[in-house]
Amino acid sequence: MSVVRWAVALVAVTLALVLQVTLFPHVAWHGVVPNLCLLVVVAAALTVEAPFALLLGFTAGVALDLAPPADHVAGRWALALTIVAFLAARVRQDVRPTALAVVGTVAAASFAATSVFALSGMVLSDPATSVTGLLQVVLVAVLWDVLLTPFVLPPLMRLFGRLGPQWAAT
Amino acid sequence: MGSLGGPDRERRWRGIDSLDARSRPPRSLLVALVLASVTLITLDVSGGQSSPLEPARRAVGEAFGPAQSAAATAVRPFTSVPAWFRSKGDLAEEVRDLEAANADLREQVQTAGVDRNRLQQYDELTSAAEDLGHALVPARVVALGSRQSQSFTVTIDAGSDAGLGPDMTVVNNDGLVGRILRVTRTTATVLLITDPESTVGGRVGSSSEVGFVTGSGSLDEDAGLDLRLLDGTVVPARDDAVVTWGSENGPYERGVPIGRITEVYSSVREASQRAVVAPYVDFSSLDVVGVMVPSGTTSDRAVIEADGSLR
Repeated sequence: MSVVRWAVALVAVTLALVLQVTLFPHVAWHGVVPNLCLLVVVAAALTVEAPFALLLGFTAGVALDLAPPADHVAGRWALALTIVAFLAARVRQDVRPTALAVVGTVAAASFAATSVFALSGMVLSDPATSVTGLLQVVLVAVLWDVLLTPFVLPPLMRLFGRLGPQWAAT
Repeated sequence: MGSLGGPDRERRWRGIDSLDARSRPPRSLLVALVLASVTLITLDVSGGQSSPLEPARRAVGEAFGPAQSAAATAVRPFTSVPAWFRSKGDLAEEVRDLEAANADLREQVQTAGVDRNRLQQYDELTSAAEDLGHALVPARVVALGSRQSQSFTVTIDAGSDAGLGPDMTVVNNDGLVGRILRVTRTTATVLLITDPESTVGGRVGSSSEVGFVTGSGSLDEDAGLDLRLLDGTVVPARDDAVVTWGSENGPYERGVPIGRITEVYSSVREASQRAVVAPYVDFSSLDVVGVMVPSGTTSDRAVIEADGSLR
Protein backbone atom coordinates (compact mmCIF):
# COMPACT_ATOMS: atom_id res chain seq x y z
CA MET A 1 0.00 0.00 0.00
CA SER A 2 2.70 2.42 1.01
CA VAL A 3 4.63 1.80 -2.22
CA VAL A 4 1.55 2.57 -4.30
CA ARG A 5 0.92 5.68 -2.24
CA TRP A 6 4.49 6.86 -2.74
CA ALA A 7 4.23 6.24 -6.47
CA VAL A 8 0.97 8.21 -6.67
CA ALA A 9 2.39 11.03 -4.58
CA LEU A 10 5.54 11.28 -6.70
CA VAL A 11 3.50 11.29 -9.92
CA ALA A 12 1.33 14.06 -8.46
CA VAL A 13 4.40 16.12 -7.50
CA THR A 14 5.97 15.63 -10.94
CA LEU A 15 2.78 16.64 -12.70
CA ALA A 16 2.38 19.65 -10.42
CA LEU A 17 5.96 20.74 -11.02
CA VAL A 18 5.71 20.44 -14.81
CA LEU A 19 2.38 22.30 -14.98
CA GLN A 20 3.69 24.97 -12.66
CA VAL A 21 6.53 25.93 -15.00
CA THR A 22 4.90 25.30 -18.39
CA LEU A 23 1.16 26.03 -18.27
CA PHE A 24 0.75 28.53 -15.47
CA PRO A 25 3.32 31.15 -16.55
CA HIS A 26 0.88 31.95 -19.38
CA VAL A 27 -1.78 33.06 -16.90
CA ALA A 28 0.57 34.34 -14.20
CA TRP A 29 0.26 37.74 -12.58
CA HIS A 30 3.67 39.42 -12.90
CA GLY A 31 5.25 35.98 -12.95
CA VAL A 32 3.66 34.76 -9.71
CA VAL A 33 2.16 31.31 -10.34
CA PRO A 34 0.11 29.02 -8.09
CA ASN A 35 2.37 26.67 -6.15
CA LEU A 36 0.87 23.31 -7.12
CA CYS A 37 3.57 21.32 -5.35
CA LEU A 38 2.55 23.02 -2.13
CA LEU A 39 -1.07 22.02 -2.73
CA VAL A 40 -0.04 18.38 -3.18
CA VAL A 41 1.95 18.47 0.06
CA VAL A 42 -0.92 20.08 1.98
CA ALA A 43 -3.38 17.53 0.58
CA ALA A 44 -1.11 14.73 1.81
CA ALA A 45 -0.64 16.36 5.21
CA LEU A 46 -4.42 16.70 5.65
CA THR A 47 -5.18 13.08 4.80
CA VAL A 48 -2.38 10.63 5.49
CA GLU A 49 -0.07 10.22 8.46
CA ALA A 50 2.45 12.89 9.30
CA PRO A 51 5.78 11.12 8.56
CA PHE A 52 4.66 10.46 4.99
CA ALA A 53 3.58 14.09 4.56
CA LEU A 54 6.86 15.40 5.98
CA LEU A 55 8.94 13.20 3.68
CA LEU A 56 6.76 14.15 0.72
CA GLY A 57 7.18 17.84 1.57
CA PHE A 58 10.95 17.43 1.65
CA THR A 59 10.97 15.48 -1.63
CA ALA A 60 8.73 17.97 -3.43
CA GLY A 61 10.91 20.80 -2.13
CA VAL A 62 14.11 19.18 -3.41
CA ALA A 63 12.43 18.64 -6.79
CA LEU A 64 11.42 22.33 -6.91
CA ASP A 65 14.99 23.27 -6.00
CA LEU A 66 16.67 21.15 -8.64
CA ALA A 67 14.27 20.92 -11.62
CA PRO A 68 15.32 23.05 -14.58
CA PRO A 69 14.50 26.69 -14.58
CA ALA A 70 15.38 26.89 -10.86
CA ASP A 71 18.66 28.63 -10.10
CA HIS A 72 18.35 29.57 -6.44
CA VAL A 73 20.38 27.94 -3.67
CA ALA A 74 19.15 24.34 -3.42
CA GLY A 75 17.42 23.34 -0.20
CA ARG A 76 15.37 26.51 0.25
CA TRP A 77 12.08 25.08 -1.05
CA ALA A 78 12.88 21.78 0.73
CA LEU A 79 13.09 23.68 4.02
CA ALA A 80 9.90 25.67 3.31
CA LEU A 81 7.78 22.68 2.28
CA THR A 82 9.01 20.48 5.15
CA ILE A 83 7.93 23.14 7.64
CA VAL A 84 4.61 23.54 5.83
CA ALA A 85 3.94 19.79 5.90
CA PHE A 86 4.63 19.81 9.63
CA LEU A 87 2.25 22.73 10.24
CA ALA A 88 -0.51 21.27 8.06
CA ALA A 89 -0.18 17.88 9.75
CA ARG A 90 -0.66 19.56 13.13
CA VAL A 91 -3.87 21.20 11.95
CA ARG A 92 -5.37 17.90 10.92
CA GLN A 93 -7.66 16.15 13.34
CA ASP A 94 -8.80 12.61 13.12
CA VAL A 95 -11.81 13.48 11.00
CA ARG A 96 -12.17 14.84 7.51
CA PRO A 97 -11.51 18.56 7.69
CA THR A 98 -14.31 20.91 6.64
CA ALA A 99 -14.09 22.88 3.42
CA LEU A 100 -13.33 26.04 5.38
CA ALA A 101 -10.58 24.31 7.33
CA VAL A 102 -8.98 23.12 4.07
CA VAL A 103 -9.02 26.59 2.52
CA GLY A 104 -7.68 28.12 5.73
CA THR A 105 -4.90 25.54 5.92
CA VAL A 106 -3.92 26.16 2.30
CA ALA A 107 -3.83 29.93 2.83
CA ALA A 108 -1.71 29.60 5.96
CA ALA A 109 0.55 27.01 4.34
CA SER A 110 1.04 29.14 1.24
CA PHE A 111 1.85 32.20 3.32
CA ALA A 112 4.28 30.24 5.48
CA ALA A 113 6.02 28.52 2.55
CA THR A 114 6.55 31.61 0.42
CA SER A 115 7.65 33.60 3.47
CA VAL A 116 10.12 30.94 4.66
CA PHE A 117 11.51 30.77 1.13
CA ALA A 118 11.81 34.57 0.90
CA LEU A 119 13.35 34.85 4.38
CA SER A 120 15.90 32.15 3.63
CA GLY A 121 16.77 34.17 0.52
CA MET A 122 17.26 37.28 2.64
CA VAL A 123 19.48 35.44 5.14
CA LEU A 124 21.60 34.03 2.31
CA SER A 125 21.25 37.31 0.35
CA ASP A 126 20.68 35.01 -2.61
CA PRO A 127 18.98 37.67 -4.64
CA ALA A 128 18.78 41.02 -2.90
CA THR A 129 15.13 42.06 -3.08
CA SER A 130 12.98 44.64 -1.34
CA VAL A 131 10.57 43.72 1.46
CA THR A 132 7.54 45.39 -0.14
CA GLY A 133 8.14 43.50 -3.37
CA LEU A 134 8.38 40.25 -1.41
CA LEU A 135 5.19 40.95 0.53
CA GLN A 136 3.33 41.59 -2.71
CA VAL A 137 4.60 38.30 -4.15
CA VAL A 138 3.60 36.42 -0.97
CA LEU A 139 0.07 37.84 -0.98
CA VAL A 140 -0.53 37.14 -4.65
CA ALA A 141 0.81 33.61 -4.18
CA VAL A 142 -1.64 33.02 -1.30
CA LEU A 143 -4.50 34.29 -3.45
CA TRP A 144 -3.51 31.98 -6.32
CA ASP A 145 -3.24 28.92 -4.09
CA VAL A 146 -6.61 29.59 -2.43
CA LEU A 147 -8.23 30.08 -5.86
CA LEU A 148 -6.98 26.71 -7.05
CA THR A 149 -7.81 24.85 -3.82
CA PRO A 150 -11.38 23.82 -4.80
CA PHE A 151 -10.08 22.24 -8.01
CA VAL A 152 -6.96 20.53 -6.73
CA LEU A 153 -7.43 19.60 -3.08
CA PRO A 154 -10.67 17.51 -3.07
CA PRO A 155 -9.57 15.01 -5.75
CA LEU A 156 -6.09 14.72 -4.25
CA MET A 157 -7.44 14.24 -0.73
CA ARG A 158 -9.86 11.61 -1.96
CA LEU A 159 -7.00 9.86 -3.74
CA PHE A 160 -4.67 9.92 -0.74
CA GLY A 161 -7.57 8.99 1.54
CA ARG A 162 -8.33 5.92 -0.50
CA LEU A 163 -4.68 4.83 -0.53
CA GLY A 164 -4.10 5.49 3.13
CA PRO A 165 -7.13 4.52 5.21
CA GLN A 166 -6.82 7.28 7.76
CA TRP A 167 -10.56 7.61 8.38
CA ALA A 168 -11.17 3.98 7.61
CA ALA A 169 -14.86 3.67 6.84
CA THR A 170 -15.32 6.64 4.49
CA MET B 1 -16.67 19.87 -0.58
CA GLY B 2 -19.71 20.72 1.50
CA SER B 3 -20.08 17.10 2.48
CA LEU B 4 -16.70 16.98 4.14
CA GLY B 5 -18.27 17.71 7.54
CA GLY B 6 -20.35 15.60 9.82
CA PRO B 7 -20.55 11.85 9.67
CA ASP B 8 -17.39 11.07 11.56
CA ARG B 9 -17.93 13.32 14.48
CA GLU B 10 -17.91 10.62 17.12
CA ARG B 11 -14.87 9.08 15.56
CA ARG B 12 -12.97 12.13 16.61
CA TRP B 13 -13.64 11.41 20.28
CA ARG B 14 -12.84 7.79 19.89
CA GLY B 15 -9.72 8.49 17.91
CA ILE B 16 -8.27 11.15 20.13
CA ASP B 17 -6.44 8.62 22.29
CA SER B 18 -4.67 7.09 19.37
CA LEU B 19 -4.09 10.56 17.89
CA ASP B 20 -1.20 11.21 20.24
CA ALA B 21 0.63 8.10 19.28
CA ARG B 22 -0.25 7.83 15.64
CA SER B 23 -0.69 11.15 13.90
CA ARG B 24 1.01 13.78 16.00
CA PRO B 25 3.72 15.03 13.65
CA PRO B 26 7.01 13.50 14.74
CA ARG B 27 9.38 16.20 15.86
CA SER B 28 12.44 14.08 15.35
CA LEU B 29 11.62 13.62 11.65
CA LEU B 30 10.96 17.35 11.30
CA VAL B 31 14.33 18.15 12.86
CA ALA B 32 16.05 15.59 10.64
CA LEU B 33 14.47 16.97 7.44
CA VAL B 34 15.12 20.60 8.39
CA LEU B 35 18.74 19.70 9.06
CA ALA B 36 18.87 17.92 5.70
CA SER B 37 17.55 21.08 4.01
CA VAL B 38 20.09 23.24 5.82
CA THR B 39 22.82 20.82 4.78
CA LEU B 40 21.71 21.12 1.15
CA ILE B 41 21.74 24.92 1.42
CA THR B 42 25.19 24.90 3.02
CA LEU B 43 26.58 22.54 0.39
CA ASP B 44 25.19 24.66 -2.43
CA VAL B 45 26.31 28.00 -0.99
CA SER B 46 29.81 26.92 -0.05
CA GLY B 47 30.27 25.05 -3.31
CA GLY B 48 29.72 28.17 -5.41
CA GLN B 49 30.19 27.52 -9.11
CA SER B 50 31.42 23.95 -8.67
CA SER B 51 28.65 23.07 -6.24
CA PRO B 52 28.37 19.36 -5.37
CA LEU B 53 24.69 19.69 -6.29
CA GLU B 54 25.40 20.47 -9.95
CA PRO B 55 25.37 16.76 -10.93
CA ALA B 56 22.05 16.36 -9.10
CA ARG B 57 20.67 19.44 -10.90
CA ARG B 58 21.77 17.98 -14.18
CA ALA B 59 20.24 14.57 -13.43
CA VAL B 60 16.90 16.08 -12.41
CA GLY B 61 17.08 18.31 -15.48
CA GLU B 62 17.60 15.31 -17.76
CA ALA B 63 14.46 13.77 -16.30
CA PHE B 64 12.29 16.88 -16.30
CA GLY B 65 13.54 18.41 -19.56
CA PRO B 66 11.64 16.15 -21.98
CA ALA B 67 8.53 16.35 -19.77
CA GLN B 68 8.66 20.14 -19.87
CA SER B 69 9.19 20.21 -23.62
CA ALA B 70 6.24 17.85 -24.14
CA ALA B 71 4.00 19.83 -21.80
CA ALA B 72 4.93 23.10 -23.48
CA THR B 73 4.12 21.62 -26.88
CA ALA B 74 0.76 20.43 -25.59
CA VAL B 75 0.00 23.79 -24.00
CA ARG B 76 1.07 25.98 -26.95
CA PRO B 77 -2.13 25.65 -29.06
CA PHE B 78 -4.20 26.78 -26.08
CA THR B 79 -2.04 29.76 -25.16
CA SER B 80 -2.52 31.14 -28.65
CA VAL B 81 -6.32 30.93 -28.35
CA PRO B 82 -6.82 34.47 -26.99
CA ALA B 83 -5.15 35.84 -30.13
CA TRP B 84 -7.90 34.32 -32.32
CA PHE B 85 -10.58 36.21 -30.51
CA ARG B 86 -9.20 39.64 -31.16
CA SER B 87 -11.75 41.74 -32.92
CA LYS B 88 -11.30 43.73 -36.11
CA GLY B 89 -11.39 46.88 -34.00
CA ASP B 90 -8.41 45.66 -31.99
CA LEU B 91 -6.50 44.87 -35.15
CA ALA B 92 -7.31 48.24 -36.74
CA GLU B 93 -6.11 49.93 -33.59
CA GLU B 94 -2.94 47.90 -33.64
CA VAL B 95 -2.30 48.86 -37.28
CA ARG B 96 -2.73 52.53 -36.34
CA ASP B 97 -0.32 52.17 -33.43
CA LEU B 98 2.22 50.38 -35.58
CA GLU B 99 1.97 53.03 -38.31
CA ALA B 100 2.59 55.72 -35.74
CA ALA B 101 5.53 53.80 -34.32
CA ASN B 102 6.87 53.23 -37.80
CA ALA B 103 6.72 56.94 -38.61
CA ASP B 104 8.50 57.72 -35.34
CA LEU B 105 11.22 55.22 -36.10
CA ARG B 106 11.70 56.55 -39.62
CA GLU B 107 12.13 60.03 -38.23
CA GLN B 108 14.65 58.74 -35.70
CA VAL B 109 16.64 57.02 -38.40
CA GLN B 110 16.80 60.21 -40.41
CA THR B 111 17.78 62.45 -37.53
CA ALA B 112 20.12 60.09 -35.78
CA GLY B 113 22.14 59.36 -38.91
CA VAL B 114 25.41 60.56 -37.48
CA ASP B 115 25.27 58.35 -34.45
CA ARG B 116 24.11 55.44 -36.50
CA ASN B 117 26.92 55.79 -38.98
CA ARG B 118 29.44 55.98 -36.25
CA LEU B 119 28.03 52.93 -34.55
CA GLN B 120 27.87 51.06 -37.82
CA GLN B 121 31.44 51.91 -38.67
CA TYR B 122 32.53 50.87 -35.26
CA ASP B 123 30.68 47.61 -35.59
CA GLU B 124 32.15 46.94 -38.99
CA LEU B 125 35.60 47.75 -37.68
CA THR B 126 35.41 45.29 -34.87
CA SER B 127 33.81 42.62 -36.97
CA ALA B 128 36.46 43.08 -39.64
CA ALA B 129 39.26 43.02 -37.10
CA GLU B 130 38.03 39.85 -35.61
CA ASP B 131 35.61 37.64 -37.42
CA LEU B 132 32.61 37.20 -35.16
CA GLY B 133 31.38 34.30 -37.28
CA HIS B 134 28.49 33.36 -35.09
CA ALA B 135 25.70 31.03 -35.95
CA LEU B 136 22.36 30.81 -34.15
CA VAL B 137 20.76 27.65 -32.82
CA PRO B 138 16.99 28.27 -32.71
CA ALA B 139 15.06 27.13 -29.64
CA ARG B 140 11.77 27.73 -27.90
CA VAL B 141 11.11 28.65 -24.30
CA VAL B 142 9.36 25.70 -22.63
CA ALA B 143 9.31 26.64 -18.96
CA LEU B 144 9.53 29.79 -16.88
CA GLY B 145 10.71 30.07 -13.30
CA SER B 146 8.09 31.42 -10.91
CA ARG B 147 8.45 34.77 -9.21
CA GLN B 148 8.11 33.07 -5.82
CA SER B 149 11.45 31.44 -6.51
CA GLN B 150 12.89 34.93 -6.95
CA SER B 151 15.02 34.03 -9.94
CA PHE B 152 14.42 35.10 -13.50
CA THR B 153 15.27 31.96 -15.41
CA VAL B 154 13.69 30.00 -18.27
CA THR B 155 14.21 26.58 -19.81
CA ILE B 156 14.71 26.29 -23.57
CA ASP B 157 14.23 23.09 -25.58
CA ALA B 158 17.79 22.81 -26.91
CA GLY B 159 20.69 21.34 -24.98
CA SER B 160 24.12 19.87 -25.37
CA ASP B 161 22.83 17.71 -28.26
CA ALA B 162 22.15 20.94 -30.16
CA GLY B 163 25.71 22.10 -29.53
CA LEU B 164 24.97 24.40 -26.59
CA GLY B 165 27.11 24.91 -23.53
CA PRO B 166 27.25 27.12 -20.43
CA ASP B 167 27.86 30.87 -20.82
CA MET B 168 26.58 31.06 -24.39
CA THR B 169 24.67 34.19 -25.37
CA VAL B 170 20.91 33.91 -25.90
CA VAL B 171 19.16 36.46 -28.13
CA ASN B 172 15.88 36.87 -29.91
CA ASN B 173 14.95 39.07 -32.86
CA ASP B 174 14.70 42.12 -30.57
CA GLY B 175 17.97 41.85 -28.67
CA LEU B 176 19.76 40.25 -25.75
CA VAL B 177 17.79 37.73 -23.68
CA GLY B 178 20.42 36.30 -21.36
CA ARG B 179 23.04 33.61 -21.03
CA ILE B 180 23.01 29.87 -20.52
CA LEU B 181 23.69 28.74 -16.96
CA ARG B 182 23.72 24.96 -17.43
CA VAL B 183 22.70 22.44 -20.04
CA THR B 184 21.27 18.95 -20.09
CA ARG B 185 21.12 16.79 -23.19
CA THR B 186 17.84 18.24 -24.43
CA THR B 187 17.31 21.45 -22.47
CA ALA B 188 19.24 24.44 -21.19
CA THR B 189 18.57 26.86 -18.33
CA VAL B 190 18.88 30.52 -19.29
CA LEU B 191 19.52 33.38 -16.85
CA LEU B 192 17.57 36.40 -18.11
CA ILE B 193 19.25 39.81 -18.00
CA THR B 194 16.38 41.04 -15.77
CA ASP B 195 17.61 38.79 -12.94
CA PRO B 196 19.16 40.83 -10.11
CA GLU B 197 22.19 38.51 -10.17
CA SER B 198 22.82 39.15 -13.86
CA THR B 199 25.51 41.63 -14.90
CA VAL B 200 26.24 42.40 -18.53
CA GLY B 201 29.09 44.53 -19.79
CA GLY B 202 27.37 47.27 -21.82
CA ARG B 203 28.51 50.02 -24.15
CA VAL B 204 26.54 53.15 -24.89
CA GLY B 205 26.02 53.38 -28.64
CA SER B 206 26.87 56.99 -29.41
CA SER B 207 29.69 57.62 -26.95
CA SER B 208 31.18 54.12 -26.77
CA GLU B 209 31.40 54.52 -22.99
CA VAL B 210 31.47 51.22 -21.17
CA GLY B 211 29.56 50.24 -18.06
CA PHE B 212 27.64 47.45 -16.40
CA VAL B 213 23.99 46.61 -16.93
CA THR B 214 22.33 44.76 -14.05
CA GLY B 215 18.80 43.46 -13.71
CA SER B 216 16.61 45.25 -11.20
CA GLY B 217 14.65 42.15 -10.20
CA SER B 218 11.65 44.34 -9.64
CA LEU B 219 8.08 43.14 -9.76
CA ASP B 220 7.26 46.08 -11.98
CA GLU B 221 7.97 45.24 -15.61
CA ASP B 222 8.54 48.90 -16.46
CA ALA B 223 11.39 49.14 -13.98
CA GLY B 224 13.97 48.23 -16.63
CA LEU B 225 17.66 47.52 -16.14
CA ASP B 226 20.31 49.52 -14.32
CA LEU B 227 23.28 50.92 -16.22
CA ARG B 228 26.35 52.20 -14.37
CA LEU B 229 29.13 53.74 -16.42
CA LEU B 230 32.74 53.21 -15.42
CA ASP B 231 33.64 56.80 -16.21
CA GLY B 232 31.67 58.91 -13.75
CA THR B 233 32.11 62.12 -15.70
CA VAL B 234 30.21 61.03 -18.80
CA VAL B 235 26.47 61.62 -18.82
CA PRO B 236 24.71 59.07 -21.03
CA ALA B 237 22.13 60.55 -23.37
CA ARG B 238 18.49 59.58 -23.23
CA ASP B 239 17.19 57.33 -26.00
CA ASP B 240 20.70 56.13 -26.66
CA ALA B 241 21.10 52.45 -27.50
CA VAL B 242 23.11 50.14 -25.24
CA VAL B 243 24.87 47.13 -26.76
CA THR B 244 26.95 44.40 -25.17
CA TRP B 245 30.59 45.06 -24.77
CA GLY B 246 31.76 41.48 -25.04
CA SER B 247 35.01 39.93 -23.92
CA GLU B 248 37.32 37.14 -24.92
CA ASN B 249 36.30 34.63 -22.31
CA GLY B 250 33.26 36.29 -20.75
CA PRO B 251 29.79 34.96 -21.33
CA TYR B 252 28.30 37.63 -23.60
CA GLU B 253 29.20 38.12 -27.25
CA ARG B 254 29.85 41.68 -28.36
CA GLY B 255 27.53 44.01 -30.20
CA VAL B 256 24.19 42.51 -29.19
CA PRO B 257 21.59 45.26 -28.56
CA ILE B 258 20.41 45.31 -24.94
CA GLY B 259 18.03 48.26 -24.68
CA ARG B 260 17.40 51.98 -24.81
CA ILE B 261 18.26 54.50 -22.09
CA THR B 262 15.06 55.99 -20.71
CA GLU B 263 16.21 57.91 -17.66
CA VAL B 264 19.49 59.21 -16.30
CA TYR B 265 20.34 59.88 -12.65
CA SER B 266 23.51 61.46 -11.34
CA SER B 267 24.72 60.29 -7.97
CA VAL B 268 27.12 62.74 -6.35
CA ARG B 269 27.92 60.43 -3.47
CA GLU B 270 29.01 57.51 -5.59
CA ALA B 271 30.49 59.81 -8.26
CA SER B 272 28.91 57.73 -10.99
CA GLN B 273 26.11 57.99 -13.50
CA ARG B 274 23.18 55.67 -13.21
CA ALA B 275 20.79 55.21 -16.08
CA VAL B 276 17.68 53.12 -16.53
CA VAL B 277 17.69 50.96 -19.64
CA ALA B 278 14.44 49.66 -21.11
CA PRO B 279 15.26 46.27 -22.64
CA TYR B 280 14.32 45.74 -26.29
CA VAL B 281 13.15 42.23 -25.47
CA ASP B 282 9.64 41.79 -24.07
CA PHE B 283 10.33 39.28 -21.33
CA SER B 284 6.68 38.61 -20.57
CA SER B 285 6.10 37.03 -23.99
CA LEU B 286 9.35 35.24 -24.62
CA ASP B 287 9.02 32.38 -27.12
CA VAL B 288 11.47 31.76 -29.96
CA VAL B 289 15.09 32.53 -29.08
CA GLY B 290 18.45 31.92 -30.71
CA VAL B 291 21.65 30.81 -29.01
CA MET B 292 24.90 32.19 -30.42
CA VAL B 293 27.28 29.33 -31.14
CA PRO B 294 30.62 29.33 -32.98
CA SER B 295 30.20 28.90 -36.71
CA GLY B 296 30.38 25.27 -37.77
CA THR B 297 29.00 23.82 -34.54
CA THR B 298 27.46 20.40 -35.01
CA SER B 299 23.87 20.39 -33.91
CA ASP B 300 20.83 18.12 -33.88
CA ARG B 301 18.79 20.78 -35.67
CA ALA B 302 19.08 23.36 -38.44
CA VAL B 303 21.54 26.11 -37.55
CA ILE B 304 21.17 29.66 -38.85
CA GLU B 305 24.61 30.66 -40.11
CA ALA B 306 26.06 34.16 -39.79
CA ASP B 307 25.24 34.99 -43.43
CA GLY B 308 21.58 34.07 -42.91
CA SER B 309 21.71 30.68 -44.60
CA LEU B 310 20.21 27.60 -42.99
CA ARG B 311 22.44 24.63 -42.44
